[in-house]
Amino acid sequence: MSLTVDDVNKIAYLARLGIDAQDTESYAKDLSGMLDLVAQMSAVNTDGVTPMAHPLDQMQRLRPDQVSETNNREAFQAIAPQVESGLYLVPKVIE
Amino acid sequence: MHTKTITQLAQGLRAGDYSSQELTEAYLARIKQHQDLNSFITVTEHQAIAAAKQADAMLAAGDAPFLTGVPMAHKDIFCTLGVKTSCGSKMLDKFISPYNATVVEKFNAAGAVSLGKLNMDEFAMGSSNETSFYGAVKNPWATDCVPGGSSGGSAAAVAARLIPGATGTDTGGSIRQPAALCGITGLKPTYGRVSRYGMIAYASSLDQGGPMAQTAEDAALMLQAMAGFDPKDSTSVDCAVPDYSADLNNSLAGLKIGLPKEFFDEALNSEMAATIEAAINEYKKMGAEIIEVSMPNLKLAIPAYYVIAPAECSANLSRLDGVRYGHRCENPVDLNDLYIRSRGEAFGTEVKRRILVGTYALSEGYYDAYYIKAQKIRRLISDDFNKALEQVDVIMGPVSPTPAFGIGEKTDDPIEMYLADIYTIAINLAGLPAMSIPAGFIDNKPVGLQIIGNYFDEAKLLNVAHQYQQVTDWHQQTPKGFE
Repeated sequence: MSLTVDDVNKIAYLARLGIDAQDTESYAKDLSGMLDLVAQMSAVNTDGVTPMAHPLDQMQRLRPDQVSETNNREAFQAIAPQVESGLYLVPKVIE
Repeated sequence: MHTKTITQLAQGLRAGDYSSQELTEAYLARIKQHQDLNSFITVTEHQAIAAAKQADAMLAAGDAPFLTGVPMAHKDIFCTLGVKTSCGSKMLDKFISPYNATVVEKFNAAGAVSLGKLNMDEFAMGSSNETSFYGAVKNPWATDCVPGGSSGGSAAAVAARLIPGATGTDTGGSIRQPAALCGITGLKPTYGRVSRYGMIAYASSLDQGGPMAQTAEDAALMLQAMAGFDPKDSTSVDCAVPDYSADLNNSLAGLKIGLPKEFFDEALNSEMAATIEAAINEYKKMGAEIIEVSMPNLKLAIPAYYVIAPAECSANLSRLDGVRYGHRCENPVDLNDLYIRSRGEAFGTEVKRRILVGTYALSEGYYDAYYIKAQKIRRLISDDFNKALEQVDVIMGPVSPTPAFGIGEKTDDPIEMYLADIYTIAINLAGLPAMSIPAGFIDNKPVGLQIIGNYFDEAKLLNVAHQYQQVTDWHQQTPKGFE
């Protein structure tokens, strides 16, 4: 499996991950290598095998619908890159 | 006193041989003296002294919990209230955690004194500690070599006797491999045994925190403090925590040790094979029975891991977007630009590789071929272990195909680095507990023996490890310059 520079750019956009143009080719090479490694899986017949999502096959535990956390807005916003009047600031989203 | 174990230090503190403040100051001085190892990212000197004074007061009053006054340190993946928690990344270089991980809370409750935060591969992605934003850590046994990773700072600091014990995390070998490469004892518990709350997530179905120390006896004490059900972690398992020190002295006569023939094929170099064989011979002398077992799907562990772990990492790390915390780029023009540049500027190459592969594997049209396929393979590997563990009590083998390699030696070829995790990764896929204990040296570099056990059978692993440490002294050896 060989990925092109275009493929890498497309995946990087899906991941919202900036990559320097000069590095794209080396990512294409490394990712292709990883996919070649992973391709060994296709040699094995896994028909009828149940996928294993959790090592102990546990189900998601439910908790009572009760408030358990206290409000820590100030502590959380103290480490935010940009806040104003208790709100997180981001660039304008709606024109 | 820096060569003493946690067990000895805890006794010395109770006997009044030294105070926690004296101990803490002595270790802080050693950390400073050996800072060129680069094992620490943050040293919390003032908090440590304050905690030590408090510990001394508790010891004087009697009725202090069992780790009271013992210095230790946390891998910088565990959130610590009011202290920088970087996860080895530029992304979180300025992140001061607003809360404690459950593991940190538990060590605080047990009375341990934290001296700071330990270096690690960025977001725990690496096997050499070279992907850290804060630079590579040096292996105290050979300072031109890596300490292993991702818990490389933890392993190097314990090996250099800068601290008697440290926390680590293990997603594909990140406790066991650095423990092996640095000649210390490391335990990856059963998945779900130790809370993941506040432990920054890499691959959530694989990540597990555990102890790293000089001896199995110490690892038992640390695991006692760490283990237990946590309602804050939805994957934490609600099952009773046994007394991990209770079975340490049990006889190993009649112990059934499984040796997977796939661990000892032609890929294992002869010196490593001979060292592991010598360790297994010690067990034979103690009355253990050796049984060959087979793991036909073992070779598929690395391919399956390099789908599952990147897929989970790409989802987990999507939270790091420059909005609520972490690095934000200058003057973003719109929201996409904010995401793309903040993430692009702050993640290193290895993290980017794994996010990209994970994003690809989870993208439309590829999900079944990669992610579902990998989860099916995961089942086959887990079944192999379950079958083997029906016949034997523990499984043994190497941890790493080679001892510590040179800094920079493998950085150009990520795939080669991945392949070296062959003996550790399958255990994470199955969710089983496993240890690495010092078992000898090759060219003056430590070698680890891996011991794998059944689910929640950590007490058995610790017993098996402790008995070996009663008849060998590999774990007591200290690197030159750190005696």
